[in-house]
Amino acid sequence: MTTALLIEQGLNGLQLGVQLFLMAAGLTLVFGIMNMINLTHGSLFMVGAFLAATVLAHTGSFVLALVVAVPATALAGLVLEAAVLRRFYGRSHLDQVLVTFGLIMVINELTRMVWGNVPVPMALPQVLSGAVTIYPGVTYPSFRLAILAVGLLVALGLYVVVVHTRVGMWVRAGASDRAMASAMGVNVGLVFSLVFAAGAALAGLAGIMAGPISAVQVGMGEPVLILALVVTVIGGIGSIKGALIAAVLIGLADTFGRVLLPPALGSMIIFMMMAAILAWRPRGLFPVHG
Amino acid sequence: MTLAPAAPPRASSATLIGIAVLVVALALVPTVSQALGNPFLIKIATRIVIFAIAAVALNLVLGFGGLVSLCHAGLFGIGGYVLGIAAAQLDGEVSAALLPATGELAVVLPLAMAVAGLAAAVMGVIALRTSGAYFIMITLAFNQMLYYVFVALQQYGGEDGLQFNAALTLFGHPATGRVPFYYGCVAALALVLAGMQRLIASRFGVVLRASAQNERRLTALGIPPLPYKLAAFALSGAVAGLAGALFAASQSFISPSAMSWVQSGDLVVMCVLGGLAYVAGPVIGAGAFVALEAVLSGWSVHWQLAFGGFIIAVVVTLRGGLIDLVRIAARGGRAS
Repeated sequence: MTTALLIEQGLNGLQLGVQLFLMAAGLTLVFGIMNMINLTHGSLFMVGAFLAATVLAHTGSFVLALVVAVPATALAGLVLEAAVLRRFYGRSHLDQVLVTFGLIMVINELTRMVWGNVPVPMALPQVLSGAVTIYPGVTYPSFRLAILAVGLLVALGLYVVVVHTRVGMWVRAGASDRAMASAMGVNVGLVFSLVFAAGAALAGLAGIMAGPISAVQVGMGEPVLILALVVTVIGGIGSIKGALIAAVLIGLADTFGRVLLPPALGSMIIFMMMAAILAWRPRGLFPVHG
Repeated sequence: MTLAPAAPPRASSATLIGIAVLVVALALVPTVSQALGNPFLIKIATRIVIFAIAAVALNLVLGFGGLVSLCHAGLFGIGGYVLGIAAAQLDGEVSAALLPATGELAVVLPLAMAVAGLAAAVMGVIALRTSGAYFIMITLAFNQMLYYVFVALQQYGGEDGLQFNAALTLFGHPATGRVPFYYGCVAALALVLAGMQRLIASRFGVVLRASAQNERRLTALGIPPLPYKLAAFALSGAVAGLAGALFAASQSFISPSAMSWVQSGDLVVMCVLGGLAYVAGPVIGAGAFVALEAVLSGWSVHWQLAFGGFIIAVVVTLRGGLIDLVRIAARGGRAS
């Protein structure tokens, strides 16, 4: 393997990693605090991408698309939480899986009714449509670099908020012991609604950034959801740090696995990695709940 | 924490009669279909019986073991591919080192069960180290792993799936006629139901149900739950593999789409819809599910909207499944 290929694939892996982190962050906190399996997280990813593609098609401005679609996805998440999911926090995981499974079908079909079955094209922003030389002989698309930069910035921001602020402390307290945090005066319900909206916004952001690279189409959220679940489980449910580390691990392993291994094995590598890590630590790398 | 309402023992003569009634009703479908002159009925009924076998298999771990597994479509698919690859070798288009080239169901069905059961055991060893939500997510991940592996296996058709033309036989007799094949599937379902009913009532079944209710107490009684759960998981996988093999046989075709995670979710819905607490519950669930799917998809291209809404409504309202409605109606009828 040449240095050029190594750098290029390394960047691809990192970029996939930060995108997975954006997805997994919401998933792991929602799960950690409310003990809720939310399979509709992939639908929010899809909704974000569709909203942005529509705004982009009408205005031609990628920035405007971001500014409109991210808060809109957060709003969609809030509505979803208040209308349906909130009723299922106290129910069994089986009920949660089933209700979110049904919701995925409903949201997918609604999306299909609005936008149709054909993938919606999403153009790259003009400034980022070229490529830059990052190493002698290695050019890399600037949009992918931008994704990497935005992802890293958001990850850093999230880390600072969750680990170093008062709100973040409430979130962590809620995630590690909801009942105790509530007894200590944290308004867990409010914190949770905030976390859900923020998680939805991040999922939408990940969807928008994935839009120009992959096709914006119905069902685009599900493969990403599965990878994000793998990240969440490996990192330890409820742990932001675990999610970040696991996301980068998975991103790199998946990218290099596909390049270096035969196809059947390459598609298995992250799942084998998950199996190995869980055989060693059944509650993930950074377990939050005692 | 228990995930599913664990079933109290209900191995009464009423249950056995219920199973017998179901099987006889299913066995009458070809007669009814002929009387109505509607061959489409048998096609739907075959689908119902095959998915009923898979759902009954899943319910061993879901309803009685309290384990929400989302990898049963993957195991179903493994069974399907064992039959598909074995039969396709007769056409000479594919080759496999480990599988015999045969279309003899008496050989290939047990083989499909063995391979799927083994796969379930391997996945179970890892997944059963965890519990609750971790278990759900890990089985979901394993399901997608199996899916992507078969998408990547270009020699077996990749994403397009594997078609075979070889004629399947059972003990040397042709087995692909629509009606004889249907009777065979009903017989398989009857065997599976009878076997499951016995298993649930046995000591093994008691331990399995107890592990769903309170693992700690079970351990304190000196019974380690893990070997029981693992055995149940492997057996459940084997029977799911049988269903998958029958599915592949029924359409001379198997593709990765039969093993997507949505299919796994569908199997869970069938179990819940029918009733988790009964061995025969998933049969009713599979019947209602497949029939509703057929009716709704005939009405509108956007049928999934209604179907998703239906699933949500079932979760919200119907705690005991459809079979509870039957029971309530039966009791009401007796009282009046």
